[in-house]
Amino acid sequence: MADVTLQPGAGIVEVKGRSLWADARHRFMKNKAAVAGLVILVLVAIACFGAPYLGLRSQDDINWDMIQSPPDFAQGYFFGTDSNGRDVFVRTLYGGQVSLTVGIVSTLVSLVIGTIYGATAGFLGGRTDGAMMRVVDMLYSIPFIFFVILLTVFFGRNFVLIYVAIGAVNWLDMARIVRGQTLSIKRKEYIEAAHASGVSNWRIITRHIIPNCLGPVVVYMTLTVPVVILTESFISFLGMGVQEPQSSWGTLVAEGADNLEIAPWQVFGPGAVLAVTLLALNFVGDGLRDALDPKDR
Amino acid sequence: MTKVLEVSDLRTTFTTPEGEVKAVGGVEFTINQGEVLGVVGESGSGKSQIFMSIMGLLARNGHAKGSVKFKGDEILGLDVKALNKVRGVRMSMIFQDPMTSLNPYLSVRRQMTEVLVLHKGMSESEAAKNAVEMLERVQIPEAKQRLNMYPHEFSGGMRQRVMIAMALLCGPELLIADEPTTALDVTVQAQILELLVGLQRDVGMAIALITHDLGVIARLADRVMVMYAGNIVEKGSVRDLFKDPQHPYTEGLLESMPRLNETEATRLQTIGGQPPNLQNLPSGCSFRDRCRYAFERCVTERPLLTAFAEGRSKACHLPSL
Repeated sequence: MADVTLQPGAGIVEVKGRSLWADARHRFMKNKAAVAGLVILVLVAIACFGAPYLGLRSQDDINWDMIQSPPDFAQGYFFGTDSNGRDVFVRTLYGGQVSLTVGIVSTLVSLVIGTIYGATAGFLGGRTDGAMMRVVDMLYSIPFIFFVILLTVFFGRNFVLIYVAIGAVNWLDMARIVRGQTLSIKRKEYIEAAHASGVSNWRIITRHIIPNCLGPVVVYMTLTVPVVILTESFISFLGMGVQEPQSSWGTLVAEGADNLEIAPWQVFGPGAVLAVTLLALNFVGDGLRDALDPKDR
Repeated sequence: MTKVLEVSDLRTTFTTPEGEVKAVGGVEFTINQGEVLGVVGESGSGKSQIFMSIMGLLARNGHAKGSVKFKGDEILGLDVKALNKVRGVRMSMIFQDPMTSLNPYLSVRRQMTEVLVLHKGMSESEAAKNAVEMLERVQIPEAKQRLNMYPHEFSGGMRQRVMIAMALLCGPELLIADEPTTALDVTVQAQILELLVGLQRDVGMAIALITHDLGVIARLADRVMVMYAGNIVEKGSVRDLFKDPQHPYTEGLLESMPRLNETEATRLQTIGGQPPNLQNLPSGCSFRDRCRYAFERCVTERPLLTAFAEGRSKACHLPSL
C-alpha cells in the first residue's frame, strides 16, 4: 500500500448534476409493474397504429363463409368474426387507433388549457382567481351528456366533436389541481426570491410555477387517459361517437354485448384488450406517482 | 457620504379580518454607501416587513405608505414593471432559508443566468461565464461543474452561498440580507458572515442586515437600529450601542445574551412579558408594560425617536439610563 501515490485531484469525481426528473426516472425504472405497464402500452400502440402495415385484412373485409364464427387460429381469425363476417381482431386494432388517439389528444388538450388556466388563476389570486374558478364551477354544472347531444345537434355527427366534448370537460379538473398546487407553490421562498430579483410574473409562472406543478399533473394525466377512453366508449355506445365502418373499443364492446349469448368472443377480444390497456395505464400512473412523490425529495 | 437608501415615515399595515395590524409604524432611516446597517428586533417587531415593503414583496393584504428613496428616486408604490428595473439589479435580497429559496426543478445554472439574461441582456453562455466567476467568488469549489447541478445536491451552507452569488450577479448597490444565517449551523454561519464581510469590502456595496442575533450584528454592522413593535427604539453606531445602551429594551436585549465569561452560575436574564398586540397598541410607550423604569409619562405620551448624542437617537422619556 505504500507505493500508492496520491495524484492531485484524484479524489475528485466528475460532478454532474442530476435533476429531480432524472431521479424520478430512475425510481420509475426500478418499479417492475410500472415498466411492464409501459411496455404493454407501447406494444398495444404499435400494434394499433401499425395495423395497416402488418399485412392483415382490412377492417371492412367481409368473409361470407365465416359469419359469427369463433376464433380460428388456422385462418388467422384470432378473435373470431362479427355478425357481418369481419375480423374482430383487425377491427380491435383499428378501433384502438381511435380510442388511443382520443385518450391522448383529449388529455393533452386538457393538460395545456388546464395547466395555463389553473396556474394563472392560482398565481394572480384574489378576485381574478375567484372569477376564473367560478367560470370553472359553472362549466362543471353543465351535464356532460346534454353537452354532447347539443354539439351533435348543432354540428352533426363529427369525430372531432368527441375530442372537443371530452377535452372541454377534462380541463376543468386539471385547472383545479394546478390551481391548488400553484397556491401552495407561490408562497415558497424561491418564488419570493424570483420576485425580488425582478423576474416578470409571466416568467415566474412559466419558469418556476408550472415545472413545480408537473409532478402531480403527470400522474393525473396518466389516470385521465383511461377515463377519457371509457368516456369515448360510452359516447360511442350511445351511438353518438364514431361511425361505421370505423370503430372504437367502445363500439366493438357494444356490438359484442348485443350478441353475447350466441357469440361471446365478439365481446371478449376487444374487451380484454381494453381492460389490459387500462390496467397498464393505471400501473404506469401508479409508478409515476411513486416516482414523483414529493415526500421523497 | 452618498445615501443609497432614504426611508421616511414608512408605515406598513395589514388588513386582516380582525382589523388593521400596524406592522411598521412610521420609521425613518438612511443607509449610506458602503455601510452595513444592522436591524435587530424580536419576531414580529416589523424588521422584515420594512424591507418587504421596500422590495414590493408585501403579502396581498399589506399596504405601505410613506417614502422610500433609492439613490434619490422614489421607489415605494412603483408598479411591478418599473420596480423590476431596480430590484435584482441595483438592490437585491437574500432570504432566511436557503433550503427553500432555490427552485428544486431548475439547475443552478438556469436560475443564476436568468437574472443576467433578463436585466443585462447577456447571452446564455456569457451569463454562465459570469455565474461561474461569481460562484468562485463565494468560494464554491469546482464552480464550473457545480453550475450544472441541482439545488438538492448542495448543502445548506452551499445553497446560501449560491443565493449570495445570485444576489450579487448584477452588482447591486444595496444588498438586503434577511436573517441570512438563521437556518445554518454555527460553523457555517461563521463562514457565511466572513464571506459577506469580505465581499462587502471588495465590492463596496451597502448591506442591510436583518437579524435577531446580536452576535452577528456586533461582528458585521457599522450602525444598528433596534426595532420594537413596529418602531425604531434606538439607533446608533455598533460600538456606542453595545457599550452603552440607552433604551431599556436595548439594555434588556444585551443582558439576555448568554456569555461565556460569566464565572458564577448566574441565571440568564430575560425580558419579562410579551410584545404588545400590533392591532391594539397600548397608549404611550409600547414597551412600558415590560419596562423596569416605566413611570406615568410613559402611559400618557408616546416617546418619539430623538437624537441625544452625535449619531445616536432613542425613543424613551428617560434622559439617560
